[in-house]
Parts: sequence; structure tokens; C-alpha cells
Amino acid sequence: MNPIQIIPHAADYVRILPELVLSVFGMIIMLIDPLLDDRRSRSLSGALALVGSLVAIIATWMQSQSPGLGFWNMVRVDSFSIFFHFLIASITAIVILMSYEYMSVQEIRGGEYYGLILFGACGMMLMSSAVELVLVFIALEISSISTYVLAGFRRRAAISAESSVKYFLLGSFATGFFLYGVALMFGATGSTTIDAIGNVLRSGHIPVLAYMAIAFMFVGLGFKVAAAPFHIWTPDVYEGAPSPVVAFMSTAPKAAVFAVLLRVLFEANAPGRIWLIWVTAALSMTLGNIGALVQDNVKRLLAYSSIAHAGYLLVAFAALPENGIPAAMFYTAAYAFTNIGAFAVVSHFGGAGERRVTMEDYAGLGKRSPLLAATLTLFLLSLIGIPMTAGFFAKFYVFSAAIKANLVGLTVIGFLNSAIAAYYYLRIIVVMYMREERDDSPVAPVPFALGMALALSLFATMYLGILPGRMLDYASSSVSDLVAPAMQTMPVQGIAQVH
Amino acid sequence: MCAQCLTLFALNSSLECFPNSVANYIDLAPMPDNYFVRYLPLLIHFLVAVGFASVVVTLSWLIGYRRPSRAKMSPYECGMTPIGDTQSRFSVKFYLVGMLFILFDVEAVFLYPWAVILRKLKMFGFWEMFVYIAIFLVGFFYIWKKGALDWAAPSAKRGEV
Amino acid sequence: MHLILFLIFGAVCVAGAVNLLLQHHPIDSALSLVVVMGALAAEYLLLGAEFVAAVQVIVYAGAIMVLFVFVIMLLNAGEEARSGGSRIAWVIGVPGMLLGGILMSWVLLKHSGTGQVEVGSLPGSPQDIGWLLFHDFLLPFEVTSILVLIAIMGAVVLASHAQSAEKKEG
Repeated sequence: MNPIQIIPHAADYVRILPELVLSVFGMIIMLIDPLLDDRRSRSLSGALALVGSLVAIIATWMQSQSPGLGFWNMVRVDSFSIFFHFLIASITAIVILMSYEYMSVQEIRGGEYYGLILFGACGMMLMSSAVELVLVFIALEISSISTYVLAGFRRRAAISAESSVKYFLLGSFATGFFLYGVALMFGATGSTTIDAIGNVLRSGHIPVLAYMAIAFMFVGLGFKVAAAPFHIWTPDVYEGAPSPVVAFMSTAPKAAVFAVLLRVLFEANAPGRIWLIWVTAALSMTLGNIGALVQDNVKRLLAYSSIAHAGYLLVAFAALPENGIPAAMFYTAAYAFTNIGAFAVVSHFGGAGERRVTMEDYAGLGKRSPLLAATLTLFLLSLIGIPMTAGFFAKFYVFSAAIKANLVGLTVIGFLNSAIAAYYYLRIIVVMYMREERDDSPVAPVPFALGMALALSLFATMYLGILPGRMLDYASSSVSDLVAPAMQTMPVQGIAQVH
Repeated sequence: MCAQCLTLFALNSSLECFPNSVANYIDLAPMPDNYFVRYLPLLIHFLVAVGFASVVVTLSWLIGYRRPSRAKMSPYECGMTPIGDTQSRFSVKFYLVGMLFILFDVEAVFLYPWAVILRKLKMFGFWEMFVYIAIFLVGFFYIWKKGALDWAAPSAKRGEV
Repeated sequence: MHLILFLIFGAVCVAGAVNLLLQHHPIDSALSLVVVMGALAAEYLLLGAEFVAAVQVIVYAGAIMVLFVFVIMLLNAGEEARSGGSRIAWVIGVPGMLLGGILMSWVLLKHSGTGQVEVGSLPGSPQDIGWLLFHDFLLPFEVTSILVLIAIMGAVVLASHAQSAEKKEG
């Protein structure tokens, strides 16, 4: 009577292996953390979390050997998802490395912190491989809720609680938009599976409801990547949250959401894509850069810069799939490593209670700690997009993809904005090297773990800046995963067809 | 009559996935095949409840006496006059327990659709729920050891954040 | 009859939501929210989603609303102070809402009439939901448990922050 297969294959489990690894490690931390005192909890759960993220990288590699659909069309492992899995796992590992020092300087208890980072990373990975919007939603919630809580981790700072509450309220609102969009999409196409939606939308007749659905989903996802006009929360939240958490939430969840956006816009062949993106990208770049010009707090400045970078990245989404997708993927990785490095310096330099965060405090850093200043300078140059750094090729690919798609207006706006952006990044560098220091209290020496984090992100930034070819080739190879997935799909079971 | 009708409906629906032999032993009332008719008793119940409540309130408003006096309007008709704010802020523990309750309540809700379909899922269904509840138990162990359920000792526990 | 009931409960739902916003006291708002949740449950039932209706009553109208009322009473939240609200909210918000509403109804009306379905013929019973949840959507279901773990951790973290603040106050 029952020809339907109930039990998943072993391959199904391999297709969620990194997520399994991360959640198991997260649960182990939850189990042992209540039994430890503060100091041991910091070191032991931190070590466990690091091991967990490294094992997740290995698991991703194992997973890449068996691509395909898993769990009845819920997830799909392809080179696209593998790319984002690697990216998110390495971001997690670097963030954990840079958190060691921060946690003990700020006297924060470690268990929950590392647990939430691991679970959050698990959600983000799931987002990048999910091909079913219901699963995307749940994974999005996992990643969002863990970042809401993480933003409030600075115990003594009221500003941190404010940041957490603001992020939570606006974020839940945005998630509501996304969910409503998914519901409307189900109404328009009768499915929540991305490639089934794509098949309906490619078939010629596009229901009006689908435009509405895409708009709603875009509002929800746009909020999560801090694209204008849904960016208002960003500076306040980034200012209040702990610096390593900002490093995490300005990179990993964004990468995951960009993965979802790529799937929704390209794989599902979303209608009205170009105009939607055009307006958002232009607004994000302009508002982000103009906002950054007047900032005096470095964390706020980097927050505005992250809005602007979301704008540059979105430019690639308006381009043709064969150039746009690899450009967007490359930009995500380049921005992630650069930004994480910049925040690692900010986090170390901030000291106890994150007191040194204004431009004034950075005066004379070039003399007081030449190595730290030089590192930060390199990251800032990469954010500007100077050749030899990752940022240069990222911008180059994005804008050349835009030119190939005849988006001249958008490209011009992008260039103008890059010029504006150079001003405020250079301002930090000038302050560090040219201005006399206000206080000459010694900068704390860089501990080993933080040094590792800095070295890794610096290496990645320079590697992508000098030898971008391999990464780009890999990214290009995953275009076919998104554009022509219909061939490899199993028969789709929509909700309406069940028994 | 209506209540009976509802109960029988509930029985009937949950018996659907039993083997026929079992269902045959139980004398089922013919179930209304119209979806609307199934829930008609619920509607009647709702209307009666709303009607009764509004009638009672209206009647007491219409025929009751209202003669307020100063003594009647005071918070207590005898004893000390209260000084200051009578309410104080409560401990955060109340919210914590409230939130945790909701989480476990949601878990319990999932058990129902699982239970009605367990036979179809065979042994694997058992393991599905086993894993789910095991993950919940990790959370339970965590809050227990954290002392979140510990009412008397405020925060003497180790491992308080 | 069916349509009439649907419209009645829909009207009750909207009225409850509007009342929620207009009330001055948080408790009154919370009680209007109960009305909204109850009316929604009735709407689900009328659409043939029996299980969802039951869950709506148990989880939302039951547990979550109890927590809301609980929190409001314990916080001892008094009557809200009324501010006029920002002028921009009125100037842009109200026309924006109207425009959005009109657009939304236009789209939905344009899309409607694509086909009719007998009530109760689509999956909505606990068996159907169970099969979807434990077979097709097995992975999202299991992942929900991770979501709950995060919620538990978050609740404990935030509560213990508040507790240490309480202790500092004395």
C-alpha cells in the first residue's frame, strides 16, 4: 500500500551534514556550559565552538562530493550552496577566534555566546542550500533570532540593550513581510518550492500576484541585508552591539540572505527584478555613503559603509545571470573577509567597555601600534577598492557585469559613490598616521587568537585581490546550478497535491 | 444533541487510520458529510455564549440600582486606606517561566498530528519525534541547570550569566 | 451562509485590530487582540483548515495571550501617555496605507476567480497536516527544534541580564 518512501537515505543526511555538525556542537555547549564557572566556560566553550566550525568546513568538503536534492526537495547541495557553506563556516571560525579576547576583556560569559553563534551559522548555512521557501523562512528565523540576542550581549551598556530591542522589533516586522510574500507566492503559483515557482513564472503568463509576492519578499530580505530604504536600523544596532558580533552579523547573515536572494531572483526567475534592484541599489549606495561622510564614530561609519556595500552588491543582481551571479558571489566573499578584518581591529582597539571608538581615539595609532594601523589600512583600502586588494576585483566584476547588461546609469551612480566613499575611508587612515595622539596609553598587545583571525582575513583579502581567478571560476561554474536547475529536479510535490 | 454530535465527530476522525476491523466494532453515528454541518454545533454554541453574556450584562444594567456613595467608591470599604502604589514590579522570573511555557506548549501541539499519523509512518515516525523531543530535552536540561526554574535561590547558582 | 459567516468574522477581526490600536490601556488592547485571534481561528475553520484553527486557539488565543496579559499586569503598565505622533507619520503614512490597501485589493481581486474549491476538499485535517509535517516537511519540522533551543537560550540570557540589573538596584 505504501510505495512512498518514508525513511530518508543516508545521502539525505550528508546533504545537511555541516548543519548537523554545527547544531550538535551547539547542543554540546548548551549541555556542558551550565556546569562550568565563568572562566572555564569562556575557554572551553570557545574551543568547542572553534572545533565545531572547523569540522563544519570538513563536512562541507565531504558534502561537496555528493551534490543533489535532499529530504524531499527541501535542500539542494550544488556548487552554489557549497560556496556559501564554506564562506559562512570560515566567517564563523574567524569570528570565534576574534571573540576570545573580547569576551575576557568585557567579562562576558561564553557559553550562550558561542552556542548562539553556532546555531546562527547553522541557520545561515541552511538558508544557502534551502530550495523550499518554508525552510528558508525557518532558517532565516534561526539566523535572525540568534543575532537579535547576540546584539544585546554587552551587559553593562544600555546602548546594547537598545540595539537588541530595535533590531528585534524591526527585524520581526521584516520577517513578517517575507512570510507574507511567501504566502502570496504560494497563492500565485501554487508552490513554495523555488524551482517549481520558477517553472510557473517561466511558462509565459505571470500572475499579477507574483509581482506583489516578490516585492514583499524583497522587503523582508532587503531589511536583513541593510539595503536602503530598509537600512534605518543599521547604524544604531551596529553601534550598540559587541564588535565581534557586528563583524559576524554584517557578514554571515548577509551572505546567507544574498544566497536566498540569488536563488529567488534568478532561479525562480522573479518578474520585475531589474527595476526593483535598480532603485534599491542606487538608494543604498547613495544614502550609505552620504551617511558615512558625517560619522565620527568608527562603528557607525562602518555601518553606513556596509549599507553602501550592500548597494554595490545589489548592482550585480540587476545584471545578466551569467555575469551577475559570479560577481555577486565574489563580492560577498571579498566584502565578508575585509569587513570582518576591519571589525577585528576595531574590537581589539576598543578595549574594555568599547570606549575607544571615535575618530579622535584613532589619532596617532600609526605611531602607537604600527602593525595594527597597517592592517586596518589594508582593510580600509580594500573597502575603497584599491587594486591588489579583494575590494578592487569585487567592484570590477560587479560593474563590468552591469555594463554588459547595459545598466549604464546604475554603473555611473556606482562609480560616483565609490569616489565619495574613498573620502571617508581615507579620513580614518589620515587620522591614524597624520594626527597627533591625544592619549598615549599603550595599545594592548594582540593576543594569538586575534592575531590568527587578523592574519586569516588579511590573507583572504590579499589572495582574492591578487589571484581572483580561481574563486571567480568556481563562482561561474555555479551559474548553471541556478539558471538551469529544472533538469535535475525530481517530480515536484506541491502542497495541494498531497492525498 | 449537539455536544454528542461533536464528540462523535472527534471520535470518527481520529479512528480513520485504524485498521477497519477495529473501527467496525464501534458503532459510529453517521457523520455529516457536509463540512459546514460538522461545525454547526460550534457556531450554535458560540451564538448562545455571546447571546447569554450580552443579555446578562444588559439586564443588570437595565434593572440594577446604582447609587454610588463615597464609601462605596473607595478601594476598600473597611480597614486602612492604602498608602502609595499598591503594585510593585515583579521579578523577571515570571516572564521567564511564561516564555518557557509557550515554547514547550508549542512542542506539545506538534504531538497531535504526529499521533494521528504514527501508524502510517511506522517505526521511523517514532524516531522523528524522538529526535525532536531529545533536542527539546537539551534545552530543558540547560534551563534546569541554569537555575531558571529555581524559584527560591535567586542567583546563587553557578553558571548564572 | 458560508460567505456571510466569513465576512462577519472578518469584520470582527478587523474591528478588534482597530480597537487594539485605539484603546488607551494596554490591558484593553490585549483583550482586543484575543478577539482578533479568536476571529482568525473562526476564519481558518471556515476555510477548511481545522488543525490550524485548533492550534490558533490553543497557542495564540491561549498561551501567548495569557503571557501578554501576564506581562502587562506584572509590569503594572498604566494608561499610555498620548502623543500626537510625528507629523510625517500622518502625512506620508495615511496616504501610503490607503495606496497600499488599494493596490493590494486590486491585485487580489484581479487574481481571484481563478478557480473554486469545495470547503474541506483541500488538506486541513490533522492527518493531512501530520503527513505533510512528518514526511514532506520533515526537515523544516526538525529544524524548528533548533529554533526553539535558540529561543530558550535567548530568554535565559536576557532574563539574567535583567536580573543582574535588578540586583544592582537593590
